[in-house]
Amino acid sequence: MERLDPTLALASGPSKSTSRSAQVMAGLALLLGVVYLFGLHPFNQPPVLVAAVGLLLSAAVIADRPSGDPLSGSRLGKSLIFGGLAFGVLALAGLWRVIPDWILLTVSTGAVCAGTVVLARARYGHGSGGIRNHGVFTTPMLSRGGVAWIAAIVLTGFYVLLYWFPQSLEGIIRTIDPISYTLRGVPSDQWFMYGTFYSLAVLVMGVRALYRYRHDRYQRWRTVSVILAQGFLAYLLPHILAAFNEPEFYFSYFWPLKPEYLWPGDFGSGWIWNHPGRLGRFMVIWGAVISFVGVPVLTYYFGKRWYCSWVCGCGCLAETAGDPYRHLADSSVRSWQIERWMIHGVLVLVTFGTAILWINSAMEGGLLGSFSGGFARVYGFVFGSVFAGVIGVGFYPLMGARVWCRFGCPQAAILGLIQRFYSRFRITTNGGQCISCGNCTTYCEMGIDVRWYAQRGQNIVRASCVGCGMCASVCPRGVLKLENSSLEGRLNGPVLITSDEVDVLEEDWAASVSWK
Amino acid sequence: MRIVIVGNGITGVTAARHVRKAADHSITIISGETDFHFARTALMYIYMGDLRYEDTKPYADEFWARNGLELVLGHAVRVDTAARCVVLASGERVSYDRLLLATGSVPNRFGWEGEYAEGVQGLYSLQDLERMEASTTDVTSAVVVGGGLIGVEMAEMLATRGIDVTFVVREQRYMEYLLAPDESSLVESAIRAHGVTLELGAELKRIEVDEAGRACATHLTDGRRIEGSFVGLAVGVRPRIDLAKASGIESGLGILVDDHFRTSTENVFAAGDCAEFRKPFPGRKPVEQLWYTGRSQGRQVAAGLLGSPQAYEPPLFFNSAKFFDLEYQTYGIVPAAVSEGQQEQFWTDGERSIRIVYRSADQVVLGVNAFGIRLRQNVWSHWLRNGATLDRVLAGFDQCLFDPEFTLRMEVAA
Ligand SMILES: Cc1cc2nc3c(=O)[nH]c(=O)nc-3n(C[C@H](O)[C@H](O)[C@H](O)COP(=O)(O)OP(=O)(O)OC[C@H]3O[C@@H](n4cnc5c(N)ncnc54)[C@H](O)[C@@H]3O)c2cc1C
Ligand code: SF4
Ligand code: SF4
Repeated sequence: MERLDPTLALASGPSKSTSRSAQVMAGLALLLGVVYLFGLHPFNQPPVLVAAVGLLLSAAVIADRPSGDPLSGSRLGKSLIFGGLAFGVLALAGLWRVIPDWILLTVSTGAVCAGTVVLARARYGHGSGGIRNHGVFTTPMLSRGGVAWIAAIVLTGFYVLLYWFPQSLEGIIRTIDPISYTLRGVPSDQWFMYGTFYSLAVLVMGVRALYRYRHDRYQRWRTVSVILAQGFLAYLLPHILAAFNEPEFYFSYFWPLKPEYLWPGDFGSGWIWNHPGRLGRFMVIWGAVISFVGVPVLTYYFGKRWYCSWVCGCGCLAETAGDPYRHLADSSVRSWQIERWMIHGVLVLVTFGTAILWINSAMEGGLLGSFSGGFARVYGFVFGSVFAGVIGVGFYPLMGARVWCRFGCPQAAILGLIQRFYSRFRITTNGGQCISCGNCTTYCEMGIDVRWYAQRGQNIVRASCVGCGMCASVCPRGVLKLENSSLEGRLNGPVLITSDEVDVLEEDWAASVSWK
Repeated sequence: MRIVIVGNGITGVTAARHVRKAADHSITIISGETDFHFARTALMYIYMGDLRYEDTKPYADEFWARNGLELVLGHAVRVDTAARCVVLASGERVSYDRLLLATGSVPNRFGWEGEYAEGVQGLYSLQDLERMEASTTDVTSAVVVGGGLIGVEMAEMLATRGIDVTFVVREQRYMEYLLAPDESSLVESAIRAHGVTLELGAELKRIEVDEAGRACATHLTDGRRIEGSFVGLAVGVRPRIDLAKASGIESGLGILVDDHFRTSTENVFAAGDCAEFRKPFPGRKPVEQLWYTGRSQGRQVAAGLLGSPQAYEPPLFFNSAKFFDLEYQTYGIVPAAVSEGQQEQFWTDGERSIRIVYRSADQVVLGVNAFGIRLRQNVWSHWLRNGATLDRVLAGFDQCLFDPEFTLRMEVAA
């Protein structure tokens, strides 16, 4: 007879085995960083120190996979990434003054990109493909280990420099000049540099996602869409327009995500409207039509996904560069409550703000005076910069890639309300097939407790669902399917099901959510 | 009214939820395995690093207290049926008015030499998983014995750790007792594609143990010796009846119950993996050891716990599994080979397949096997319940597909 051994400790998942070398390197880097901050230049050579810190950090990140994991992949890929990072850091530290910066940067970025693709191919490119989440929770970089914190600090630091100390990035900005001149005939600035790297990240990590999910055609088409949407609509087109003396207009963004497109006067629409180019008026009208007609109609037919996980730039980055961090979204009821308050709060704020700005403008400044400019600036700063950038992207390795989309985006709030109350989109649950394993809930980047619905045979109709389809992809029993279908029956379980195959308990659901 | 449930698996927990839904009796769930209910079906994902133990808990920890479900972590050693209480290993006694035994299963062992050596184990409980974690850290090659669903999961688990796995299966082709030859070969290639050495028609003889008491190799009946310092024994599970036995509750292979889940002792019920029907339902086995059957029995036994036992009627049979990347679903009756009066149709594109079994006389479909294709359960349930013919099914085949959008259809036509 088997003996139950109550003395065995309950498992809390496998131990997080940050490889020893990674720990040592990350530790050393941190130490050097602290030393540098306190101004004790031990080698009397700041660039060397910067280089050393960067090298150690990148080495730590690369070394950080548990041994014996077949997903650890190709040595060539890792060497390229590591070599590229190292080279870039040394270049930034000014070790090769004689070689033009743009060559150095091209070499280092190119190596990192090539390495990422080589690694993705090695990890996901063989056999017929399938879900490969193995080792996610044993890899410190992916499960809030020390290195993930370091990565978050570095990323956040980059945003801080970008928004508040762009002059410190002058070196990198200048190296993008050749692209900037080619595309739009003017020198690069911090935003052009940012957009270039952003689009490159979407492209390269998009290629990685294409390898990773190549067995799933929904994921493939969606990934192709995000790569093109970002690369064309949110990068090439606006700059080409600018080169033709039209407003630098982003067709893939509109009010309220880009509130200035509907704000009066010089904060946005007025400037576009009165722009000497011939398309300005078209753009303002287009923006209004998309906001008030396009959004409801498309969301009615396809759900919020047509935008959030197929087109939107924030979604583009989240679905590609953020893909390794999906499981970090918190799926507790508590965070769902916070999410609802915050996101609808932002929506109210931006709607109210827009109204006030228009009233003010109609009264020719009589209402707010000079304060209207202040509101526009503060809103842009808090939500455009701090939330969307610093927290939204900087915290990828700690909180997942959809923090902004979940808690802060007013566009998501509107799309979500439509999706929740009037849309043909839902995730259908396949009768009683759920084995409650938890893969769907864990890998939902929006922190939706998908399993809660699935195990009781209920369809998932949630405002926050971006329709990335990952719950359906990771489900080992084929329980979930994203569908656009008739409005009838979407909120209930499937009609044909008899209670034999599925049992539904309404009470405990109501008890767990005070809001309905 | 005090209701006590031994076992916090899917059966016990489903019963508890349904009792709570109907009445505010005091409900206590005793488990010697974990403090909270977790999905046993997800054990492999914890090992592979896809999930953590926390992620496999279907309900948040607050759920239990909020719904007035008392949880006791302890091992029940005996039921004092006269005094109506459960005696725990700690000496504590938990008294009941009605008791449910939902004690699940234990892995089989068949008395092989070396089967209790270090590095030899089955996989059923969370403790088994911890043991497996601890004894595979430095392993480079391993053997898995037994070609069932847990066996293939163990093979996958070990393979994802980069361990060389030899998968020893007694049958001449994979699951020949369940699958048609073409289906077996689909699964066999799925297993081999992941670098697992699949040895069909091979039988375990004994496990060789080194001086330290640890397994070092596996000997087959045909004389072959396979290196491997970890041996996964996945040769089936059997109902866990130790508690019933110690308490004078009648048991055979499992704890014997009637179709109302009543055991030989008054006010004591049994359901799920551990229960054996005295009179099996037509076409069904006396013991059904599935997550799904545990859930539906748990739901039904709740009526008994509430004082008005109802006869159980097993729902339409269905099951699903995943062989590495190959998903499998089955509904209704699908024998490995059709018997008299039955016919079948089979379609495959080399990576996926569909097999429909139907009655020759009137073409009424009896069941379906699908590999690599997701089927809509409600549509198939509807067809099978209402005696849909093969023509009807093929004409409406699009309706029953549940594959993700953009998936290319496999041609299925008469
Ligand atoms: C690795 C694995 C994968 C599986 N995958 C699938 C799948 O994909 N699909 C499927 O349908 N089925 C699957 N199964 C089978 C499924 O998990 C079982 O059929 C189901 O869990 C049975 O539920 P249960 O509640 O009857 O018993 P259990 O889940 O076994 O629960 C019984 C509980 O009672 C406890 N217990 C027993 N005796 C005592 C005692 N004396 N005192 C205190 N506590 C006690 C046990 O420790 C255990 O916690 C799988 C099983 C395993 C092991
Ligand atoms: S519920 Fe599914 S489709 Fe929706 S956001 Fe979560 S993982 Fe994506
Ligand atoms: S829906 Fe699928 S992934 Fe989610 S818990 Fe159920 S079986 Fe697991």
